[in-house]
Amino acid sequence: MNKLTLKSKNFLELLLRVIVLLVVIIGMAYVLPNYASVYELLLLSAIFMYIVLTSSWVMFSGPTGYISLAPAAFFGVGIYVAASQGMNMPLLVVVLVGGLASAGLALLVGALTLRLKGIYFAIFTFGLVEMIKHLLLWYEIKFTGTRGRFVVLVDHTTVYQIMLAILVLTLLTAYLIRRSRFGMALQSIGEQEEAAQHIGINVTLLKVSVFAISAFFMGAAGTIMATRWTYVDPYIAFDLNRSFTPVLMAIFGGMGQPWGPVLGAAIFAYLEELFITEFPYYYMLIFGIILTISVLYLPNGLAGLIQKWRTRATGGKDAHS
Amino acid sequence: MIVTFLDIVIAGLLLGGLYALISMGLSLQYGVARVLNISHGEFIMLGGLTTWMLYTVFDINPLLCLAICGPIAFILGYGIHRTIFKRLLATSPSPGIFESNSMLASFGLLFIIQNLAQLSWGPEIRGYSYLRVPVDLGGALFGANRLITLGFALLIGIAFYIFLTKTRMGKAIRAAAQDPSTAGLLGVNINRVLALCFGLGAAMAACAGMLVSMTYPVHTIMGMEYTVIAIIVVVLGGLGSIPGSFIGGFILGLIGSIVTFFEPGLALAAYYIIFILLLLLKPTGLMGK
Repeated sequence: MNKLTLKSKNFLELLLRVIVLLVVIIGMAYVLPNYASVYELLLLSAIFMYIVLTSSWVMFSGPTGYISLAPAAFFGVGIYVAASQGMNMPLLVVVLVGGLASAGLALLVGALTLRLKGIYFAIFTFGLVEMIKHLLLWYEIKFTGTRGRFVVLVDHTTVYQIMLAILVLTLLTAYLIRRSRFGMALQSIGEQEEAAQHIGINVTLLKVSVFAISAFFMGAAGTIMATRWTYVDPYIAFDLNRSFTPVLMAIFGGMGQPWGPVLGAAIFAYLEELFITEFPYYYMLIFGIILTISVLYLPNGLAGLIQKWRTRATGGKDAHS
Repeated sequence: MIVTFLDIVIAGLLLGGLYALISMGLSLQYGVARVLNISHGEFIMLGGLTTWMLYTVFDINPLLCLAICGPIAFILGYGIHRTIFKRLLATSPSPGIFESNSMLASFGLLFIIQNLAQLSWGPEIRGYSYLRVPVDLGGALFGANRLITLGFALLIGIAFYIFLTKTRMGKAIRAAAQDPSTAGLLGVNINRVLALCFGLGAAMAACAGMLVSMTYPVHTIMGMEYTVIAIIVVVLGGLGSIPGSFIGGFILGLIGSIVTFFEPGLALAAYYIIFILLLLLKPTGLMGK
């Protein structure tokens, strides 16, 4: 009896949380655009984009320890789906196709690179971005005769709303994977892949599918962001910096907690917006310094640091809340 | 026909010499110090821009710059290993984690060096003209500066090989590459050897940068392009094998020259295709262990 009331109380609390969350999301989607300026909407879309990239990067690379430098490839595939199909299909379908195209590429890459461990996987994904960039550039100049393409324009509110939807779906998926037995299985792959295989985890299937799921969100984000830029070429679409930034944001934010990557991405996206136009070199310099310091002194990122402080403040009693 | 063939082969060898020199430094840093140094190209950029500055502003002969850039880059690399990578090595629980962490730290270094260079030199593309006199090689014409580049690449490569095989320090380096903990037990000062290797890698990059600046224009964001080529060559030759990357450099140079002859737009794409195929089919490379 006691157990039952406890359960229903927990359920009510969960329901309350879900309702509050839904109200906040709907408010952000439909009420906020009426009050926010265009600049604020653009800023929020950019911050959401980085959170999507970082959280979906952490979805695969966080627990498994495989450092993927492919986000730029998945994002770029999304951009090119928008550039080539943006005029032919309704916007939501384009976004979906962009995500699916990236997921398809991820499936292919994942299936090909199963044998590669550690540093080899990182340099493979790094080479992948550059290979797609140069093949595409060659193709465009040789067969279409132009270097870049124009992307169909979409109004700022719609971009913002779709970006918000992708963000919510990304965070929800990341949360569900982390909470499920798949999250545990991924963690065990990161710790000892052979052991994970021996206790009956289908390592291959799990790695490839989570890699593809994370690529889906990156591709969808790329598709919708492309409509903001109006003109893209292979160098803009497959910019390697978009592979490096999610890694830094994740390391800086901390991968031990689901909100760590969100925090890291939000801070850096805001800093970028503030500094990139006026002091681009100082911004990138600070970026490099923080990355180096984080790798050296903050193995668990900001989230780890905050937890340590909380543990100290409560005398260790409230460590897991 | 013969002249075209000679043209392609010599151009390939000239390019290959440069690639070999760039890659040997990275190979040393990865093979011994276990740092896949993504900021390798930034040392090439520093060498190139310093040479440009010394030549155009102070009128110092580019070849003399080798004696200036090399030692400075060595001290810089040595210091970086002593401060950053030594600490990472001590705090990383396993060699695999150290490789990942050190690669990420070198990304940080890349941004730091590149943007400090941007702040001091600006984004302009620079170049100077030195020894650009044509030399006739069996009917094909090549610039004297490019031949000097090849000569220096061979010279540095061979000198380095002799250093590794004949000297006590070289022996210590090879021991550390094979088994760092046993080498340490046998009285090799591991931290010093690793820092030395990292410094030597940086010095070779700076020398390569000086040679690059004699033939190609230099600018502050050129580093990544060369880092990528160095990584491809190092994988081609076998991660960690120094003779492998020396030979791999020439092979890639020849491939680049052949592809450029038939389809100039595809040269870079061809490098990546080879790279990806290698990783998939034979990740140990030509001479890897």
